[in-house]
Amino acid sequence: MAQVQVRDLDISFGALKVLEKLNVTAEDGEFLVLLGPSGCGKSTLLNAIAGLLDINGGQIFIGGKNVTWEEPKDRGIGMVFQSYALYPTMTVEKNLSFGLQVAGVKKDEIRSRVGRAAEILQIEPFLKRKPANLSGGQRQRVAIGRALVRDVEVFLFDEPLSNLDAKLRGELRVEIKRLHQRLKNTVIYVTHDQIEAMTLADRIAIMRNGVIQQLDTPHIIYNKPQNLFVAGFIGSPSMNLLRGQLTTVAGKRVFSAGGLSMPLDRYEFTSGAPDAAPAVLGIRPEHVAIGDDATKMPFAVEGEIEVVEPMGSDTVAWTKVAGQSFTFRCESEVQLHVGQKLKIGFDPARGSLFHEETTNRL
Amino acid sequence: MVHGAIAERHGTPDQRSGQTAPTGNYAAQGDNLAERTRKKLPIAAIIATIPLMIESVGVYIFGIGLSVYFSFTNTVVFPDYKLVGFKQYERLWSTDVWITAVKNIWIFGILSIIANLVFGYLLAVFMDQRIKQEDLLRTIFLYPFAMSLIVTGLVWQWVLDPNYGLTATMHELGWTSFYFSPLNDANTALYGLVVAGVWQGAGVTMAILLAGLRGVDAEIWKAARVDGIPAWRTYLFIALPMMRGAVATVLVLQCIGVLRIYDIIVSMTGAGPGNATMMPAVYVLQYLSDRQNAAQGMAAATTMLLPVVLVLIAVGLFRLFRRRKVVTL
Amino acid sequence: MSAATMDGNVTAATKQPTGPKPKRVTIGRIGLYAFLIISAAFFLIPVYVMLITSLKDMPEILSSNVLTPPLRPTLQPWIDAWLHACTGGDCSGLSPGFLNSVKITVPAVIVSIGISSLTGYALSFWNYKGANFFFGLLIFGAFVPYQVVIYPIIIGLRTVHLFSTLPGIVAVHTIFGMPVLVLLFRNFYAGVPIELFKASRVDGAGFWQTFFYIMLPMSVPITTVALILQVTGIWNDFLFGVIYAGRPNWPMTVQLLNIVKTTQGIPQYDVNMAATIEAAAVPLIIYFVSGRWFVRGIAAGAVKG
Repeated sequence: MAQVQVRDLDISFGALKVLEKLNVTAEDGEFLVLLGPSGCGKSTLLNAIAGLLDINGGQIFIGGKNVTWEEPKDRGIGMVFQSYALYPTMTVEKNLSFGLQVAGVKKDEIRSRVGRAAEILQIEPFLKRKPANLSGGQRQRVAIGRALVRDVEVFLFDEPLSNLDAKLRGELRVEIKRLHQRLKNTVIYVTHDQIEAMTLADRIAIMRNGVIQQLDTPHIIYNKPQNLFVAGFIGSPSMNLLRGQLTTVAGKRVFSAGGLSMPLDRYEFTSGAPDAAPAVLGIRPEHVAIGDDATKMPFAVEGEIEVVEPMGSDTVAWTKVAGQSFTFRCESEVQLHVGQKLKIGFDPARGSLFHEETTNRL
Repeated sequence: MVHGAIAERHGTPDQRSGQTAPTGNYAAQGDNLAERTRKKLPIAAIIATIPLMIESVGVYIFGIGLSVYFSFTNTVVFPDYKLVGFKQYERLWSTDVWITAVKNIWIFGILSIIANLVFGYLLAVFMDQRIKQEDLLRTIFLYPFAMSLIVTGLVWQWVLDPNYGLTATMHELGWTSFYFSPLNDANTALYGLVVAGVWQGAGVTMAILLAGLRGVDAEIWKAARVDGIPAWRTYLFIALPMMRGAVATVLVLQCIGVLRIYDIIVSMTGAGPGNATMMPAVYVLQYLSDRQNAAQGMAAATTMLLPVVLVLIAVGLFRLFRRRKVVTL
Repeated sequence: MSAATMDGNVTAATKQPTGPKPKRVTIGRIGLYAFLIISAAFFLIPVYVMLITSLKDMPEILSSNVLTPPLRPTLQPWIDAWLHACTGGDCSGLSPGFLNSVKITVPAVIVSIGISSLTGYALSFWNYKGANFFFGLLIFGAFVPYQVVIYPIIIGLRTVHLFSTLPGIVAVHTIFGMPVLVLLFRNFYAGVPIELFKASRVDGAGFWQTFFYIMLPMSVPITTVALILQVTGIWNDFLFGVIYAGRPNWPMTVQLLNIVKTTQGIPQYDVNMAATIEAAAVPLIIYFVSGRWFVRGIAAGAVKG
């Protein structure tokens, strides 16, 4: 069993509390992504799990064993770093085998493990090269290989793709996913890139200022963000946020903003949601219908196009709803021009309603 | 005011000697374009570099040339321009004192460079361990650098004095078999010099190597830790090979310093006992001043110059060869 | 693990590791401190010896060993060293040498840094055809053992009647300081963004104006480093001083050696030690005051590699 469990973790740097009573569990074989902006504590958490950081309180369990005081090498983990951290004066083969050699593993065993890793990652042609003679993608594969040869159940990735250009990032992302499908080990992966998170994760833990905002599958995080931060962080272009009032009219809940009234009768409210409150309604640009399709929606209004951004694969347009900035996405074939007036519609039940002050989901 | 012409400076500075950089080209930082935009000669710059020109040509071409020339003459105090062939060199290599000097500088050089490097790296490694008293310790390890070599030589001479120094102290404290006065025995005097030399120079070596250590990517340390590689192995087999630049710097500084060694010999041993700690530079100066035989001194000095020139040529060729290899790949 | 541990409560196994790792004093840590303390002692003992010996009078020195502190501390040796010690025939102590050292160091530092800074600036921003040839020669010169050129410089200085004079020794220090200093300044200016230079050109500033109004004020960090290197190097110099300065101008280091080596009867250890400390005082004080810059200076001198 390769479950990773973090209990009541406290980490402070001097007087600064980075993590406080943090609890998170990565199940056996799960691909857990720690996602968040710079400084949110995700790397700190990962390094603490790895044993590279001193903690001030709490416990860490890997594979059921309490590893809180163990050295990184005894925790059953392999780690891949942002800068690959390959030993520059050693060949790829030596990079892979050095740790095993130091640990006293037998030569045959080393050879077989290195061979297996090289085959899985397709780095056999480079075994005799030095890292300086490899491309970025090749180096990252070697870095993964170094973790692979350790024969461990848990892999830790610290923003491994951040140093690569976009195209390479896309390619390696798929390879990492394939690798996980093949090996079925537990992975904890840190990134600030939401696309990586969405495509790779079984579950995502979105972090902010040392606190996990939401821990759910990508699907739920995308469709049912738990607070304004998560809503704004995931999705590109970001979710439209309309500020207004939640009110109850004749027993039915309604969202009103700028004189417009949007029905919320089919919206799934959390238990204990108030009848009236200042609120923010979030609608994703891709959930907006225009023109004739808009009239089929529970709510529709006329808007004027202000800016058009053709992206190639689709088009993003900026307009105003209830006097507030509003974007929508449509197929690139649709002809749009500035000043055009057209009908815009969406289903509020598919959106997300947040309390303006607490920022939590209603 | 003098307005310089459009001879802009280079973009990427060539850290090596300027010999290989193209001149007169315009290359803004980061740009790959090089255009010839030089129109007039920058008069002001030329004026400003007159001292440079005077020195480099006057001292390092003319001066060296003159020295070499005089080594083929009988010059005693004032220049005598009549050539006498290799007489001085024959005399040089048949003089025991010179042979001793050459032998000494090799022994001293190798010993002190190795000792300095090892001790300096050990100090750097230990200082890298996040100790609370790091600043205090660094001050202590580095202050010998601020001392004149005359002072260093005198001080160590006293510390190594058999009647008043360390030996005497140990005797008084009860260790009567303790003896550490290498300077009094012709066979061990060199080692006393090595000790003083390491004392003077290890701090600088430590500072340079510590800077090199700190330049190693932090994630390398993490990776080594996750790999389970013990700290000492990381320092020796991973970090040190990555610090080629710093180590090279240390070696170059050390070699230059060893070749020039003079002050500390004069103050610590006076080249004695007898001629046991004679060094080439001391020989040169002795013949130049005390013995009033400049030509002999020049012969010795030219002989000292030879290895330097050879090494520089070798390094230059090596660099040239390496560059060409990269280009053709 | 039993189900009991999964709910996060403290379990029956109360020795569960939790929180920060306990810091045990390992052998490694002890060895580390032992090594550092012994090394520190190695570095400090000579100075300690100098200090306490200089505070003892001769009878006490002869009767005690070099490591015991003075029982009857006295500053007399210091005064003697400064005012009365004899170098050959002259018995006025170290003080004339101190004055000479100042007279040599101040101009030499100013001239060498001034010229080198200007040269580095010219080479960096105004590189003209052929400049690199001279610069390359200079770098080559840095490796040349100076014994090779000592005699030609003597001849050269004699020719311009500067041998055994103050200006002569200042010139010599400039000559031997330039290779490292020019390299230092040139590399520093090479690191200055060229946009700054271009902007001043657009503003109409010429060679000298750009140097004095823009580059020089910017170069305070490197100038400080150069200052420390030069003051230390020149003040501590012995060889050039004894050859080129002339007897009346001999710096402190030469005087010190003469005081110590002039033996008439028993060497005056106390005075000798006191003289040594007095001679070493100035650069040491500079070092302690400017510690951090000194380290940077050493690392900067290492840029050459």
